Order: sequence, then C-alpha cells, then structure tokens
Amino acid sequence: MSTNIIMPKLGESVIEGTVTKWLKQEGEQIQEMDALVEINTDKVDTEIPSPASGTLLKIMVPEGATVSAGALLAVIGSPGEVPDNVHSPAMITQVTIPPEAGAATRPVSAVSGSRPLGFISPVVAKLAHENNLDLSQVQGSGEGGRITKKDVLAYLETRQVVNPAPEPAAWETPGDGELFRPPEIQFAGGIPGKLNLTRPVAPPAAGPAPAAALPGDVLKPFSPARKIIAERMSASKHSSPHVTTVMEADLKLVVAHREANKAAFERDGFHLTFSAYFVAACAAAIKAFPDVNSSWSAEGLVLHRPINIGLAVSLGEESLIVPVIKGADGLSLLGIARAINDLAERARSQRLLPDEVHGSTFTITNHGISGSLFATPIINQPNCAILGVGAIQKRPVVIDDAIAIRPMVYLGLTFDHRILDGAIADGFLSKVVEVLENWI
Amino acid sequence: MAEITLIDALRQAMDEELARDDQVFIMGEDVGVRGGVFRATMGLYEKYGPQRVIDTPLAELSIAGVGIGAALYGMRPICEIQFGDFIYPAINQIVSEAAKMCYRSNGEWTVPLVIRAPYGGGIGGGLYHSQSVEAFFTHVPGLKVVIPSNPYDAKGLLKSAVRDNNPILFFEPKKGYRLIRGEVPEGEYTVPIGPANISRPGTDVSVFTYGMMHYYALQAAEQVAAEGISAEVVDLRTLYPVDRATILASVRKTGKALIVHEDNLTGGYGAEVAATIASDAFPDLDAPVRRLCGPDVPAVPFSHPLQDWFMLDPEKIAGAIRSLARY
Repeated sequence: MSTNIIMPKLGESVIEGTVTKWLKQEGEQIQEMDALVEINTDKVDTEIPSPASGTLLKIMVPEGATVSAGALLAVIGSPGEVPDNVHSPAMITQVTIPPEAGAATRPVSAVSGSRPLGFISPVVAKLAHENNLDLSQVQGSGEGGRITKKDVLAYLETRQVVNPAPEPAAWETPGDGELFRPPEIQFAGGIPGKLNLTRPVAPPAAGPAPAAALPGDVLKPFSPARKIIAERMSASKHSSPHVTTVMEADLKLVVAHREANKAAFERDGFHLTFSAYFVAACAAAIKAFPDVNSSWSAEGLVLHRPINIGLAVSLGEESLIVPVIKGADGLSLLGIARAINDLAERARSQRLLPDEVHGSTFTITNHGISGSLFATPIINQPNCAILGVGAIQKRPVVIDDAIAIRPMVYLGLTFDHRILDGAIADGFLSKVVEVLENWI
Repeated sequence: MAEITLIDALRQAMDEELARDDQVFIMGEDVGVRGGVFRATMGLYEKYGPQRVIDTPLAELSIAGVGIGAALYGMRPICEIQFGDFIYPAINQIVSEAAKMCYRSNGEWTVPLVIRAPYGGGIGGGLYHSQSVEAFFTHVPGLKVVIPSNPYDAKGLLKSAVRDNNPILFFEPKKGYRLIRGEVPEGEYTVPIGPANISRPGTDVSVFTYGMMHYYALQAAEQVAAEGISAEVVDLRTLYPVDRATILASVRKTGKALIVHEDNLTGGYGAEVAATIASDAFPDLDAPVRRLCGPDVPAVPFSHPLQDWFMLDPEKIAGAIRSLARY
C-alpha cells in the first residue's frame, strides 16, 4: 500500500510552493521523518519530512515546479510496487528555471492558458464568464487541484480587497498643477450660455458588487440614460483597442478669422464657435485620409461615403448626446456653424430627431470647454476614431528660434488600432493641425 | 411542549381527525381490536367503535378498493396496509382506479383517500417486512406521495392528508416509529402537503432525503460540521408532487447535491430528483449529482450482518457528504 506525499499548506494563506530541491532520489530508502524535499514559499525555504518509511517510488513534481497545497508530490511504498495514482499528476502551476541554469535566464511565469486548469464545472464557468475572470489566476483547492466554486468566490472577494487604493488625484499632489481637474470642481457653478461639451469618461470597470458600505453612504440609483452610457462606454472599450495620439495646433489664424467674422455671423443669427473650425478641419482631413471614415466589421473594413461628424454634447449630469452634422464636407464654415448652433440648441431642449443622433462616421468631443488640456476619449462606436479638443490656451512656443505667445490647443485622437495604425492616425491628425494652422 | 414518538404522533393525528369529522374512518388488518401491529391505532377502536375503526380480512386489494368506493361516496377513509411490502395486490386499484378517477370523470368524482403503510428496513424484517415502495407511486399522476421523518411533520402531514381531496400514499419509516422522538405542540395544527423543509441550513453540500434517512442525515451533518463541512439537509416530505423550488434553490446555493434514500439505487425516487437537478440547475453545479442509496439487491437481507451492510447509516452518509465536499 503506497503512501502519497501531499504538498502541505505551509501557512495560513500560503496555498502554493516551489519545489527547490529533492533531498532523496527515486529508488532510495527512506525512514519516517527523514527530510524529503525542500519547498520554497515567498522566499522562505521549508523542509518536508517523510510521513512514512519505505522506498521513494516516484517523484511527481520536478525541481523548479510550483504546485498548490494538496498536490501530489511523490509516492512512497515497497520497492517494485506500482503507485496506485500515478495517472493523476500534480497540478503544476508554474515552472521556474533555476538561476544557475543560465546567466541571463529569468523565471518564466505562467501565461494564462498554459496552466492546465482541470475540470471546469458549470457554475465555475458561469462565474468566470459573469465576472470576466481569467481562471488561470484562481488557485484550485478541489480534488486534483480543481478550481471549485468556493475558490472562485474567494478569489473574487480578495480581488476587491487587494485592489490598490486609488492614486491621489493629480491636483492633490503638490507641484503637479491643475491637469485633469474635473469640470464639476473647476466649474462648480456651471458655464451659463456656453455650449457645454464634456469628454466621455471611462466608467469604473464592471465587476462584482462593491465591498461593505461605509457609514454615511447614500445609494443613488442610476437613471436609464446613465445605464446606457455605462453600457456603451464599456462596450466600446471592450471591442476596440484604444490608442490616443496627441498633437498641438497653433490657432493664431483661426482666432484671427473668428474675430474678424464673429460679428457678421451674429448678424446672421448665430454664434461662430471654435467647434465649427474643428469640424471643418476634420472633414478636410477625412477627405485626405478616407480610411478614418470607416467602421470595423467581421467581413472587412466598411468605408463610409458620407462624412457625418458627430459632436458630443453634455446635457448635464444625466446625459451625453451626440448630434450629427451630416455631409460636413459639403458645408461651408457658415453652414457648419449654423448646423452646430441648431443641433446644440435642440439637444439642450430635447427636440432632436432620432435621425439626428445616428449615422455619425466620426466624432469630436470638445472637452476643453470645461478646462481639460488633453484627454483620451472613448470611441463612439461604430466610428473608428474620435477627436478630443482640449482647452485653447495662450502658451509660449518656439517659432524660428524665438519665443512667441500663441493660442495653442492639444488635439487628442483616439483611434481603433484594429483598423488604423499610428502612421495613418498621425497622418490624419497632422492634416487636421495643418488645416487649422493655415486657416484663411 | 410534549415530546412524543413518531407512532404516537400518527395516532394523535388519526384520533383528532376521527373526532373532527364523522366521515373519517379507519380500515385495515388488525387496526381495531389489536390496535395495529405497531400500535398505531391503539385505543381508537375503544373510543370510536367498530363502525369507525374496521378490521378487514387479509385482502389488500379490497382494502384499497373498498376505500376507493367509500371515498367516491364522500367518506374519508384512512386505509392501512400493514406493511408496504403487501401493497402490490392493491396497485391496480390505486393506480388504475384511485389515481385516474378525477381525471376520467372530468373533475366530477374525487377520491379523498389516505393509504397509510409502514415502509423500510433495519428492524430484522427480512424480505417481506422491509421494502421501500414509494418509487412505484411517485410515478403516477393523480396520486400524492408523502413521507414524514419526525413526529411534528407526521401528525401535521397526516391531518392534511385526511383533509386533502386526492388519493394519498402516506408511507411511514417503521424503524423510526419508536426511535424518532420530537416535540409536538398542543392544539390544532397541520403541515401543508407539498413544501419541503430545510431542516438544517448549510453552504457546502445539499443533502436531499426523507424518512428514516433524514433522521440519519441530520446526524451525519452534525458529524461533518465538526470537520468544517457545512451540509444543508433538506427533508423532502412530499415526494410527489415534489418541491422543485426548494431543491433548485438549495443547489444554487451549494453547487453540490447528494440524494439519500434507503430504497434501491436504480429507478429509486432519487433518480427523479437527480434528473431534475441536472436539467434545471446545471449552471449552478460545482460537482456531479450523487445518490447514496440501498444497493441493487432483490431484498433487504434477513441476516443481521447483511442487513447492516444493506442499510444506510449516519457514517455512510457522512462519508458521502465528505467525498462530495472535497470534490
């Protein structure tokens, strides 16, 4: 009758260890309590004594391998005996190459998918799916190292608990200036009379219910609009790999043009906003880089003909809406400005038609209005890119080796890296900058 | 509250129902003058007379058939089959007549009949005094099958059965007649037929059981609790129609289901519960659904050591719970 040597739990929360050295070889005679194997956990080495006398029949776990508590390490029995469970090997979670093996070799840590997970029961699969869980991160305490329902639930609890404390806000760290001060703090009283465009902000990651409430907590149920925004933002991030590239534009000529023409536009009955210039610049850049006017599909890239530019408009805390300027490339600056005014006004008074919030092929978000310098906006699906326009600020810049004061703006282009690469995205953004910087 | 035995609780239920409604009467072998071979009806013949507590010949078919006839006339017979092992001659009356009467008469005729019978082994009864027969009847729409596991439920369920308008098979774990004691309140109460009872809430493993095995399962749960395993014990009580909601909710909680009954494994009632869990709680399962049952052997052996081998006990149940908890 053979004896199984089981990997012990070497501490309250120690659930795995690495076999560093076998002190006995296969075939060797062992006395009960002889030191059998050295295990390393968190840099501490422990010797495991043999629970029985006999011959070391089979070593199941090689040196360098990491196993969970409960795994079969070796079998001891009578010489020549066939151990009865050689067919169930230890769940090896990780194999590390010992440092002596090579000068520059570093430990190879398990990548998800390479560790055998054992049988995944229906409820474990369900929980993993619901919580977006990579099961290779979960220790298995069931038979043969199986991941049990309890293991998953325990892991989900610790995942919340060990979440790092949120980093202090940038403006709370001395010397870091006012980057990304949230608009609600910076403009607590609101900006009356101005087109209040906010940048789309990534929502907290969807996951299990938060940990125990703190005293004084108030639960504010989400409005349907908020829920939809939350869903769309998450979905956008989950489907497109987001990359943001930032450039700055010198708006001297745009500002000058606007100053010169503002009054004339007012006479025609509407405001000439900076947004109109950005819309026009994007339309022109899209003509030069038509791949940006597209959507991802499983069959291939869907290139759109019309250039419909959406403008993100905030309707207060509860809502974010994107009215669309259809056929922006066919409109003059006047036409664009008129469309912006009309759409924004009807957005605020909730008189937009369903058609007017659908069909965008590119989106602009003017987060600079609330003070943000640059941001990494979330793509408005199914577009392939979104342009974030920061605050226009007079800054000292170097022109011809001299310092000049120019009204500068950071333009952040977030693009779907499935569709576009950096080169094309930068090409497009450079074109936007070029159009703005050479405005006449 | 008085602590009484299972048999006392059954007797009290019948006494109270006979007193409450003069349409209720008892018929069976040795139920009258003898007071029942297990003393289930002791004293009732003296109290209510030979018209209400009737000694029948040794003729199970007629016990059931006459009971059905009386029920069709609006009476409420409590028929006793002296041992569940003897019920087979009455099956045709029960299945083809009693179970189908309401359906076949489009609701015009009902059979408000209770057929009581002791079932189960472990009392040295051998082949013909130890059988579990519930599986034959949990398969018949039109019948209800009820099995109490303790005095409180036994009294309350038997009273409910008498008042129910359907034909009800009421099987009593004979090994528990004097062994199982419990508190029963004074005064009138009933236990509804249908809902199961979570007699011991737990989180690691759900144990679905009934009758004598429920009594043992509670002991097994106590044993394994000391080892850190929290077993939830569910007393099914009504096997047909069974409380699906409680079963599925329990499996959703623990992810692991163990069904325990003393009847033979194959085709036993546990197979039905297992199938229900597998089909309707599949996404909640963390382990295979297991059944711990009597072996597939033609009878409970007469020889004591073999009887002990056949019968389940708290140790065997604890072992099954442990194994499932470990999975």
